[in-house]
Amino acid sequence: MSVLEVRNIKKSFGKTEVLKDISFSLEKGEVLSIIGSSGSGKTTLLRCLNFLEYADEGTITVNGKLLYDGKDGKSKRMKEAEIRTKRLHFGLVFQNFNLFPQYNVLKNIMLAPTLLNHGDEKAIEENAKKLIERVGLSDKINNYPCELSGGQQQRVAIARALALNPDILCFDEPTSALDPELTGEVLKVIKSLKTGDSTMIVVTHEMGFAREVSDKIIFMADGIIEEFGTPEEIFGNPKSEKMKAFLSRSLENI
Amino acid sequence: METFLNVTLDLLQGFGTTLKLFGLTLVFSLPLGLIFSFFSMSKFKPLSAAMKLLIWVIRGTPLMLQIIVVFYGPGLIFGWNGLDRFPAVLIAFVLNYSCYFSEIYRGGIESIPKGQYEAGQVLGMTKTQIFFKIVLLQVIKRIIPPMSNEIITLVKDTSLARIIAVYEIIWSAQVYIKSAGLIWPLFYTGAFYLIFNGILTVVFRKIEKKLDYFKG
Repeated sequence: MSVLEVRNIKKSFGKTEVLKDISFSLEKGEVLSIIGSSGSGKTTLLRCLNFLEYADEGTITVNGKLLYDGKDGKSKRMKEAEIRTKRLHFGLVFQNFNLFPQYNVLKNIMLAPTLLNHGDEKAIEENAKKLIERVGLSDKINNYPCELSGGQQQRVAIARALALNPDILCFDEPTSALDPELTGEVLKVIKSLKTGDSTMIVVTHEMGFAREVSDKIIFMADGIIEEFGTPEEIFGNPKSEKMKAFLSRSLENI
Repeated sequence: METFLNVTLDLLQGFGTTLKLFGLTLVFSLPLGLIFSFFSMSKFKPLSAAMKLLIWVIRGTPLMLQIIVVFYGPGLIFGWNGLDRFPAVLIAFVLNYSCYFSEIYRGGIESIPKGQYEAGQVLGMTKTQIFFKIVLLQVIKRIIPPMSNEIITLVKDTSLARIIAVYEIIWSAQVYIKSAGLIWPLFYTGAFYLIFNGILTVVFRKIEKKLDYFKG
């Protein structure tokens, strides 16, 4: 059984069709990278999975349980409490980190589990400290976000998302707001998560990373999945013209 | 010397009323202003429209006029008994300052990046948790400068209460013009305002310093 099954997702903003018909599935422990030019709908797809946007049509199924069906009408009418529980199947790491500036590293990670009553204070703190160690920031535990570099902030954001134990962890261009020299440390952390059984979806412009870490790659163009396959298939033997053009453009930049 | 002491004591008594009006106005209008700001940002159009209308009327007319309307209005228009002087003034002040505060809150709330809300959302928090645990302190940090401005203005605006004969400090000083032909007690009131606002300025600076530990 797939961890995630996405069927026929469509999404428009006004008259602009951003996602035209997106379907894919993901097995437990797999890493999926989504690549493609800006405006191809990658970020919107992630936002639909996390219910920051609601797909107009299509279904989202997690662990065999139907979470979302666009035909239930405007799912904005879905009860807020219901959305909140459903969101917890997914975690999201943002491009701009979005740490809470008034809390230190430890409190940033502990806040949500504490508010959601995920166990007692002590257990939550212990788990948070473990996660901080895992992203290599044990010495920054009491620092505030403004005292950290972008790369460190993003690592905290990853630990914060992991603290709720999501079934699927999504990354929305996690290194796009970082200086090139800070990109590596964040990618290293994401790579290190692969050893566990976390299932991940990474929207990225880092082709080398996508190729090395992913089990599957989706290449999106104009709101559809233009190509889908293993890294070898996508990078070694691209079929569509758009994919070839995109690859040669990406390689030029290296 | 004796006169000076008597005047000081009299003025202090008047200043007591000034402080009472100031304090009570803050106690009621700081939370009410926040509620007003929610109303004016409401997605329910009739509510936000009504709120914006109220804000327009209150900000568009003099506070002095509002005090007069609240005090004399119920009697003149409906033939009701009306309110005592102090409650009437307090209501006018609370209404007036809630509207001004609501606009400051609104500006603060709308300036918080959307990402803060979204981060809270994807972490499964409720709207209330997101507002009180994530957004509010950031809003407070941002609105302290305009708030302190408004609050210092409030200290001085309390002098308008004398228009319906509430015995605040200006009134107490004016009594000396009529009874003893002394004008200097009126000048002297300035010192009270100045010292009190000096204290407020220091307090606000302290709060600002206290919130300096984070950026955002």
